[in-house]
Amino acid sequence: MAKKRLKGRRGNPKYFSADQLKFYLILIPLAIIMVLPVVYMFSEAFKPLGELYAFPPILITKNPTMTNFKKLFELSGSTGVPMTRYLLNSVIIAGVTVLVNIYITVACAFVLSKKGKYKVTKWFFSLNQTALMFVPVAVTVPRYILIVKMGMIDTWAVHIFPLIAMPIGIFLMKQFIDDVPDALIEAAYVDGAGNFTVLRKIIMPMTKPAIATVAILTFQSAWSATEASNNFITSDVMKTIYYYLNALSVSNTVATRGVVAAGSILLFIPNLIIFICMQSRVMSTMSHSGIK
Amino acid sequence: MKMRKKYNSDLWTAVALLAPYLLLFSLFIAIPVIIAIGLSFTYFDGVNFPSFVGLSNYISLLTQDEIFLKYVIPNTFKYALIVGPGGCVLSFILAWMVTQIQAVPRTILTLCLYMPSMVGSLMVQIVWVTIFSGDQRGLLNSFLLKNDFIDVPIDFLQDPKYLMTIIIIVALWQSMGIGFLAMIAGILNVNDELYEAAYVDGMRNRFQEVIYITIPSMKPQMLFGAVMAIVNAFSTGWLGPALSGSNPTPEYSGNVILNHIEDYAYTRYEMGYAAAISVVLLLMVAFFSKVAGALFSEKK
Repeated sequence: MAKKRLKGRRGNPKYFSADQLKFYLILIPLAIIMVLPVVYMFSEAFKPLGELYAFPPILITKNPTMTNFKKLFELSGSTGVPMTRYLLNSVIIAGVTVLVNIYITVACAFVLSKKGKYKVTKWFFSLNQTALMFVPVAVTVPRYILIVKMGMIDTWAVHIFPLIAMPIGIFLMKQFIDDVPDALIEAAYVDGAGNFTVLRKIIMPMTKPAIATVAILTFQSAWSATEASNNFITSDVMKTIYYYLNALSVSNTVATRGVVAAGSILLFIPNLIIFICMQSRVMSTMSHSGIK
Repeated sequence: MKMRKKYNSDLWTAVALLAPYLLLFSLFIAIPVIIAIGLSFTYFDGVNFPSFVGLSNYISLLTQDEIFLKYVIPNTFKYALIVGPGGCVLSFILAWMVTQIQAVPRTILTLCLYMPSMVGSLMVQIVWVTIFSGDQRGLLNSFLLKNDFIDVPIDFLQDPKYLMTIIIIVALWQSMGIGFLAMIAGILNVNDELYEAAYVDGMRNRFQEVIYITIPSMKPQMLFGAVMAIVNAFSTGWLGPALSGSNPTPEYSGNVILNHIEDYAYTRYEMGYAAAISVVLLLMVAFFSKVAGALFSEKK
């Protein structure tokens, strides 16, 4: 009897018991409040023009229509660049950024985690730790000067490289690689493997959850990044969908309201789907995420 | 001799693996910070070569900049102190609650709570502007009017009285981010035997469990969550202009330190002065992260 009582008290219960009810009672209403604005946005995106400007405002659309989405895909910018081009740019930029970042992050984190015997790696890890507190917007001016000096204005590289300097990715990855047994790596060295082989054959397969997490974080930041399009890109055909829709929403007119709503749904869906598919991996990465 | 050669090749491949990140880190984080520090001691209009002015940027920032002292600093602290520690505490309480229920409902509720942090700035802007819109079509105004709480719609987003509060509400709505996920994982990872031992030793309720077992066992995740919350609180400057539709916001009521940087850098082209503000911002974030570190670091 006493034993059973203890079990109910610990976290992560396997069975439902009455004393969990109070948590549901708080969490469910709160979760609904949190999600309501998002639900409203969905409803807004499917509203016909009449409902968008109805008074009193309509919360959940009565005659859902795809018109807004259709209009969204027929849009084009002031210089005649079609919306689909911006979308394609974003997809390519986000895709390349994620792939490049995964490789660079895993490689760097591997060295930081398993090559602690070199002074430079220890020193760099603590520097990266400090950089977790870095606020990128604070240094847009020096960044701009540097990018101009390097001749990177108006290049695809400027979309991608600033995003890869992501201290939190290195940090999460390193904490995870710390748990890969050293004996396994030593055995591979004895068999003649070099660092590159160890990285490809041992580290990458064993850290898939952390790789998935880094991929999600990178995708989210690359997908919604506007800094490059705002400051470093001058030609319209190279800008991103996020930038374009942001600009469109500033000129919030009667005609664009539903379209912008549809656009914001379009931008949100990939984030949501990727997170739902990968959430168990994210959680497993996060259990390693403590700053020690 | 052979050993030595092997050691060398290991070192060189290690450097090769480290190099790409090191390069990007230097280019986009380290060097910009150094340049910002350097520029903060100059007058620089973005065109002519910066001229050295010593500490005068800092001195005028801390003694003469009325907007900075009267609006920006109080706003920033109010915002960051509520959204930083507040968001962190909220994250912990909610993380703890979701770990007290079964796995499947936990996953669903976690997703709901996490969702606002990944909707993106565009959706945040549209949906909250619609809710707080100043005319009768705004959701809140329409609700208040219908129930006779008010007679005339309130212009929430243009009224200095309300703007900051609204910004804080939206920021808290978005505060269950990556730190929240780390805390859930941290709580689930606490060794069960610790709780059992504590109950044998006379622990009686859930509250004691949290104070004496859960929090001490997950200090690393708490620290991570706290640092993420602080950084987030100081780096979201876009909410004020996004919600009110102007930078500066009405009577500077929603201006935080980031908006002040943008104002000087891109509107007035006083890049040296803007750099000095950036340095102050980075120092503030570092200070508060240190405080969090002192609170949650494991005693050695």
